[in-house]
Amino acid sequence: MKTFSDLYYELDATTKTNPKVEALTNYFLNTKPEDSIWAIALLVGNRPKRPIKTSDLKLWSAALANVSEWLFDDSYSVVGDLAETITLLINSKSGNVSEVSLNELMREFEGFSKLSDEEKKERVLEYWKKLSTKELYIFNKLITGAFRVGVSKLLVFKALAKAYNIDEKVIAHRFIGNWKPTNTLLTDLLKEDEFSDSTSRPYPFCLAYALDFELPELGDITEWQIERKYDGIRGQIIVRHKQVFVWSRGEELLTEKFPEFEELIEFLPDGTVIDGEILPIVEGEIKSFNQMQKRTTRKALTKKILQDIPLKMVCYDLLEKDGKDLRDLPLEERRRLLEEIITHSKAFNSSLVLAPLLTCDKWDNLNELRNQAKSVGCEGLMLKRKDSNYETGRKRGKWWKWKVDPYSIDAVLIYAQSGHGRRANLFTDYTFAVWDGDVLVPFTKAYSGLTDKEIFEVDAWVKKNTIEKFGPVRSVTPKLVFEIAFEGINESPRHKSGIALRFPRISRWRKDKILSEANTKQDLLNLLHANT
Amino acid sequence: MLLQFDKDGIYCEQAGIYIDPWKPVDKAIITHAHSDHARWGSKSYLAHHDSKGILKYRLGQDINLETLDYNELITINGVKISLHPAGHIVGSAQVRLEYKGEIWVVSGDYKVMPDGITVPFESVPCHHFITESTFGLPIYNFPEADALNTDLKNWCLKNQAAGKSSVVIGYSLGKAQRILNCIDDLQIPIILHGAIYNTNEALGLTNERYIRYAAGIKKSLNEPVIVVAPPSAIGSSWLRQFDPYELGVCSGWMQLRGARRRRNADMGFIMSDHADWTGLNKAVLATGAENIYVTHGYKSIYAKWLTRQYGLNAVTVDTLFEGEALEQQDAETTQEEEASA
Repeated sequence: MKTFSDLYYELDATTKTNPKVEALTNYFLNTKPEDSIWAIALLVGNRPKRPIKTSDLKLWSAALANVSEWLFDDSYSVVGDLAETITLLINSKSGNVSEVSLNELMREFEGFSKLSDEEKKERVLEYWKKLSTKELYIFNKLITGAFRVGVSKLLVFKALAKAYNIDEKVIAHRFIGNWKPTNTLLTDLLKEDEFSDSTSRPYPFCLAYALDFELPELGDITEWQIERKYDGIRGQIIVRHKQVFVWSRGEELLTEKFPEFEELIEFLPDGTVIDGEILPIVEGEIKSFNQMQKRTTRKALTKKILQDIPLKMVCYDLLEKDGKDLRDLPLEERRRLLEEIITHSKAFNSSLVLAPLLTCDKWDNLNELRNQAKSVGCEGLMLKRKDSNYETGRKRGKWWKWKVDPYSIDAVLIYAQSGHGRRANLFTDYTFAVWDGDVLVPFTKAYSGLTDKEIFEVDAWVKKNTIEKFGPVRSVTPKLVFEIAFEGINESPRHKSGIALRFPRISRWRKDKILSEANTKQDLLNLLHANT
Repeated sequence: MLLQFDKDGIYCEQAGIYIDPWKPVDKAIITHAHSDHARWGSKSYLAHHDSKGILKYRLGQDINLETLDYNELITINGVKISLHPAGHIVGSAQVRLEYKGEIWVVSGDYKVMPDGITVPFESVPCHHFITESTFGLPIYNFPEADALNTDLKNWCLKNQAAGKSSVVIGYSLGKAQRILNCIDDLQIPIILHGAIYNTNEALGLTNERYIRYAAGIKKSLNEPVIVVAPPSAIGSSWLRQFDPYELGVCSGWMQLRGARRRRNADMGFIMSDHADWTGLNKAVLATGAENIYVTHGYKSIYAKWLTRQYGLNAVTVDTLFEGEALEQQDAETTQEEEASA
């Protein structure tokens, strides 16, 4: 616990990659494997559920701090983080360092479900009273199930690779999927033979950065493979040992959600892994993301919904053939093998389709192709070097995404609420409205997009221009106009305005615009209708 | 009511005098020299002896200023008036007013925990107590000065050992003197931002070890230094010349992780000249007052707490006092500082 807590503060104190990897490597080198496996699980986000109800933690800590419940709530809304609030309220004076190991602590948490409420309380209070402030915060983060720290999986894998002298790619592959720290031994995961018999294990996805420079800097256009960028669920289909597995990019095993792909046991050779995008496609036409959500959020898959919203995979890469890892082959070669497999399969054009390759002779003409994206249900283009291997995670250089410009609309700030975490205590969560006649109707919230400096400025403005307070929310004088960018617009009976935006964010503060120059509800409806 | 809150400030009609008025008035008692309490333009001022230099420096050498010692009694039109230590900054005072047996105390800004350089807070029994509530939430519990000083010193030494300068941020009046008091005996050159150097001079706290910032000074020293600068320096290009450096921010708000991270401080030192939760409660209860007027800070929450927990008659009062500002555009960031940077 002490070493893990130290690791946390070391990672938290820097934004630079190298010191982070170094701290992690040292941790792995000096920590018992049974503790390391928990640390890895927590760092890569494979964390267990919170073992105790939040309301209990609130009640117990308020009592311990001699604070009434309403005061706890008021404090929480200022701090913006439950674990931190509890830590500050308890105000530990203990300088002691705990002797409990991370493994012991996490296993104790696992056992909490068998304890009575009274027993749980006793255990938690004991920790609260004896831990030092620094460890107390980590303890509370763990027990509230909210532990997070600024390292990517890749950095964790990099450090493991260094500590155990194993190739980074191999490490990444071994830790993918749904292993549990309770029943996994680090030593087993790191052993070579353990690796081969994990039938369902997917490969880490290769991800692209958004293009942030001019196209010609990419060099010769003929060295690039151009594909559409799809707006579905990125997934891997695995056929091994007469079984099919479908993984999402979030490393969720979704096989049961997609009965369409069961047939692939018959239609694909054993030892095949395909990378692609799962999309609702009806008569060759890609349906909206909304449709997709309807399908994936449904608990019971009825015949009707399967019929109404059939899914297919648009395949664009082949990672394994005849059980052999192809990731180091050049993309061009992988594509050739992919085409061969797909077109010879009985699933061709039923559950599997090939992602079409687009041709373009010069960069100047590419924008035209990009702008066609929305009309065919896509988000933009993918540019992949023909000689690129299949990388682990997000890397710059070989793959780029180039999305179409988002929609945008000018809206008026009407409500503000303070944020959480880094933005606690600042008004950072805004609700925006557009004109409907002479009334401002709220249509979206947006949390991000402003610079820190602008946030301070808006925060100060909100404090001075509050009309009314409703709990944590303030209504403000309608005056400030912001440009809101978003990726999509859909009808939504659940929202008052009748529309729902996808990925709304503030693209800039229109200080040059006055209130009356904001857009109208009709403008939004026009976008909606142009879209459908 | 001996005191009332009107549009210009806290007013005692019987004595015809305002306490920390935010508009120019005839007679003003000033609790301390921070700019949200000591405002420009009044015809005459009354304050503690130790505030003299700094008030003249900030409000003008020609102001009509009378000063008192702590516990020295004067009487104006039957109102007995005296000043008592508030422990906030040098020369800070609580104002006690008594008329026909009714006693009021205006505490201004105060802190209960001793800081090692300010005359410590003294509790003054009264019927009506006006308190601030800058840190009026139970999440604010500040470390004691000794522990804080040790941390700050070690941090500077650690930076020095790593070949880095230490930039320590604190208000030029109050924090800066505490910081200097802590790091005075380290064998590291100390550079003061102009605003802080000037403030120190006005306070009569000169020390040959303090180097007033001048362009090129860092280069000429050619070794890690300690720079003490006001909050306005955070994020400024002015700081770049001290590269490589670590940034340490001294503020009560550093208790919160979010505030710490927002400022990109490498290190936050929980140093405040205001009372923390324990301090506020201790101070309020020690007065024995039944009527509490809660000003700047988490005032509605704190008044609710005093009412419910201790059965006091606590109400909130709107003032223009700002307490310890959370963000860069704080009470003290004035053109004066910008100009002397």
